[in-house]
Amino acid sequence: MDQLLMNSGFPILSVLIFLPLAGALMLLFVKSEQLCRYLTLVVTSLVALLSLRLIAGFDITSAKFQFVEQHSWIAAFNINYVVGVDGISILLILLTTLIMPLCVLASWSYIKTRVQTFMACLLIMETAMVGVFMALDFVLFYILWEAMLIPMYLLIGIWGGPRKVYASIKFFLYTLAGSILLLVGIIWLYVTNNYSFFIPGMMWQDYPVTAQVYLFLAFFLAFAIKVPMFPFHTWLPAAHVEAPTAGSVILASILLKMGTYGFLRFALPITPEATIILMPYVLWLSIAGIIYGGFTALAQSDMKKLIAYSSVGHMGFVTLGIFVLNIRGIEGAILQMVNHGITTGALFLCVGMIYERTHSRELRSATGVGKYMPIYITFLAFFSLSSFGFPGTNSFVGEFMIIAGAFEFSTVLDKFPYLALASIPGAVLAAAYMLRMLQKIIWGGTDNPDQSWITDLNSREIVVLAPFLFFVLWIGLGPQPFIDLMHASVTQLLQHFDAHHAQSVAAAGSLFQ
Amino acid sequence: MLFLPELTLLGVGLVFFFLSLGEPSSAKVKNVAISLSVFVVFVTLVCLKSEGELFYRAYRVDFFSQLFKFLIALATLIVLIFSDQLTSVKEKVQAEYYLFLFAAVLGLMMLVSSVELLAIFVSLELSSFSVYIMVPMRNKTSGAGSQVEAGIKYLLFGVMATGFMLFGMSYIFGLTGSTQLLVIAEKLNLTFAQPAAVVAIVLVLAGFFYKLALFPLHFWVPDVYEGAANETTAFIAAVPKLAAVALLIRIVTLINAETNAIVNILVICALLSMFYGNLSALVQKDAKRLLGFSGISHAGFVLVGLLTLESTGYATAMYYIIGYVFMNLACFLVICSVSDKGQNVAIEDFTGLHKRAPLLALTLTVGLFALAGIPPFVGFSGKFLLLLGAFKQGHILLVILAALNTAIAIYYYLSIVRVTFCTDSEDRGTIVSSRKNNILSVLLIVIIIVMGVVPSKFIELTTTAVQVVM
Repeated sequence: MDQLLMNSGFPILSVLIFLPLAGALMLLFVKSEQLCRYLTLVVTSLVALLSLRLIAGFDITSAKFQFVEQHSWIAAFNINYVVGVDGISILLILLTTLIMPLCVLASWSYIKTRVQTFMACLLIMETAMVGVFMALDFVLFYILWEAMLIPMYLLIGIWGGPRKVYASIKFFLYTLAGSILLLVGIIWLYVTNNYSFFIPGMMWQDYPVTAQVYLFLAFFLAFAIKVPMFPFHTWLPAAHVEAPTAGSVILASILLKMGTYGFLRFALPITPEATIILMPYVLWLSIAGIIYGGFTALAQSDMKKLIAYSSVGHMGFVTLGIFVLNIRGIEGAILQMVNHGITTGALFLCVGMIYERTHSRELRSATGVGKYMPIYITFLAFFSLSSFGFPGTNSFVGEFMIIAGAFEFSTVLDKFPYLALASIPGAVLAAAYMLRMLQKIIWGGTDNPDQSWITDLNSREIVVLAPFLFFVLWIGLGPQPFIDLMHASVTQLLQHFDAHHAQSVAAAGSLFQ
Repeated sequence: MLFLPELTLLGVGLVFFFLSLGEPSSAKVKNVAISLSVFVVFVTLVCLKSEGELFYRAYRVDFFSQLFKFLIALATLIVLIFSDQLTSVKEKVQAEYYLFLFAAVLGLMMLVSSVELLAIFVSLELSSFSVYIMVPMRNKTSGAGSQVEAGIKYLLFGVMATGFMLFGMSYIFGLTGSTQLLVIAEKLNLTFAQPAAVVAIVLVLAGFFYKLALFPLHFWVPDVYEGAANETTAFIAAVPKLAAVALLIRIVTLINAETNAIVNILVICALLSMFYGNLSALVQKDAKRLLGFSGISHAGFVLVGLLTLESTGYATAMYYIIGYVFMNLACFLVICSVSDKGQNVAIEDFTGLHKRAPLLALTLTVGLFALAGIPPFVGFSGKFLLLLGAFKQGHILLVILAALNTAIAIYYYLSIVRVTFCTDSEDRGTIVSSRKNNILSVLLIVIIIVMGVVPSKFIELTTTAVQVVM
């Protein structure tokens, strides 16, 4: 229990989890569509404002879980409701709460049918997503992790594009199948840990190495599918392409982060030895993802698909950062999770805005709009630059830290000397496909379709995109406050990791040279 | 007083016997049935705490049996409420239909209280024979001849299962010289090393495997589910399973925990049941048939709780079957409402249901996701706790394979949800759902969610019930 700072007073975390759910229930009794939109906007904005209290009260010098609330839930099986926030999860929670109102705004005119159901799905998603990042009891985590599938399935399946049925079922089956073995792993941990589901209690225990390997594989399957890591990524382009804009944004900005969050929260602390043993494979899969994502994105003519494949590459950087297992790599990875959430979310919104006008996601039909949509193009340019890590934007900081971490890993530890080098082409490819897209959309060529009828962004759309731009530049120019938030937790994570397994690091290191 | 619920049912049966002499209108019979059923639920509720023994200790009234009686009465009431029209049974024989229905309920209630082999046999036959007759009581227009086939199949398989059970009972009597379960438990402990004891127990279990639709006595399920009237299927799919689990718990407690043979047999039955049910359900087009196969796989899950041979396992199995009854009834409520003339419902018939009847679509979705075992519904917490118990007992392979089954099952549940939610209604008309059905839908949804989110109270309840039997 010494990893916890109990929360006395206002139960902020529970409010953040249950307020959206209450909002969804309220929606049941609202008849007017417009009222549904306003109600959802109010609820999500309220959650966003409340979540800022987390920053105010967060102690950045402590690596403990903060604002912890604990209640007995299913006493017969020692299942409890425990929630808490630490440096690893706080940024992701804020990312979630801040993006949700923007998703509501982005769907304001795009969603015309069954508005009530749509908004209810968004709110239930928010409850589940916020809860996943806060849960400190494995059953609570798993329930929210799985429960999320239902609203996401409906978001894609009802409001999606032409192949929505295929995409939504593929998404559901893939994710569910991946997490089934996680459940068995959880049960094993429960029995081994003296019948307790308390997550911090499971960390840094001396489990037998074979068991750790099996456990790691169960974790890996669940989380790698969610990230998605190459070669488990095939559900992602389908889901992204068919989902409505808000669905794509949630998927890209938040859902994908749950996989990498899972690695940091569970795989590293619970199965450290297995992490060391299997690390090389994960690292090379990350590299494969970076390069594969880059090349595939380069070949796409569908804008959403392009961004979806670029996500595979970007998330490859994140897993790379996590599994080089040094402070720069992991901090860079967490920062890059946030960055990817901001940048890719914004890019999907941009594509959605074009789609609302031209009703096509084809790059061909959106060429040459620069002349008629100057405001739009300004935003798009910034987000594209950010996407390939242009200096001064947020992704530069994240990718720089990750690559620095990878070089440190390669040179200092003298392992896999080519690892860091191998990730460089990914960064170049990112520039290639983003600039290609940007060039076509802004200028196009001599055979541009007639775009003169197209209207520039309205004020609602500007309001949606402006916060993203704000964070792109803030993190790009002054990332220190963000790194400060996570520093204590990441340091402690690595300290534990090294202290607990200094010997096996050496042993495994010599094994793989 | 101890026998009050059963006496009430006997009275109810008599009422319908006299009604069947005249020619009462369908609506009148229906109202009588519902109001009497409410009364039965009330009586079982009043008798929840009564305890005692009757008929030379062949019949025990305890919290375990009374809780099951209440659940049986409640499930029957729910079926009666949503099978409002009973359009698929000829008006002339509707009074008889209810007569047999309540006779079946009486048999099931007696079954859960029986603690002596002959009493068990007599009650089981009372309930079975009533249901055998109910199955073919479907009119020709809606059943298209399949009802007779279903009735015969149900009867033949049922008689076969009963034969096995009697054979097993004779072995038990031969080994122990008694028909009292309590005495049997004592004496069987001494002779459990003998193969005869294993065979005897397995054969007796077979009789209830049949009721629960568990592999290898599941063959009747698809055809009977499809051939019987929707309302009859709803009844068969829910109510007898409760009683079957009650009796399985009583008999499984006879097993000596040190004998692996029976446990291994049960593990294999559970796994085959799950795989057979789920794989067959994947290709079904008819909604009732699909639910039948899914029922087989769920029976396998219930067995996962029973084969742990410890009280927590029994309590979770009981919790699971209660949850299963509610999820299943939610689905059947929708099936009965969608089928306006009592015909069978294909999965296609749910097309655009979200527009034609939003509440029904929601009920169906909640029911299906619950059956699939997705949190936060009762299906998830039930499966999870069952797997937890089995893992504690060291059945690791069973747990992994059972978990994989959840992944297989999701596909066919999801394909119904897809039709319900993600398609347009084309030219299918809207469905008018009665006020009663709407209230019932909401109630079922609430029960499914509440049981899933806060299972502790229910687990406590079933644990107390199971403690009585141990």
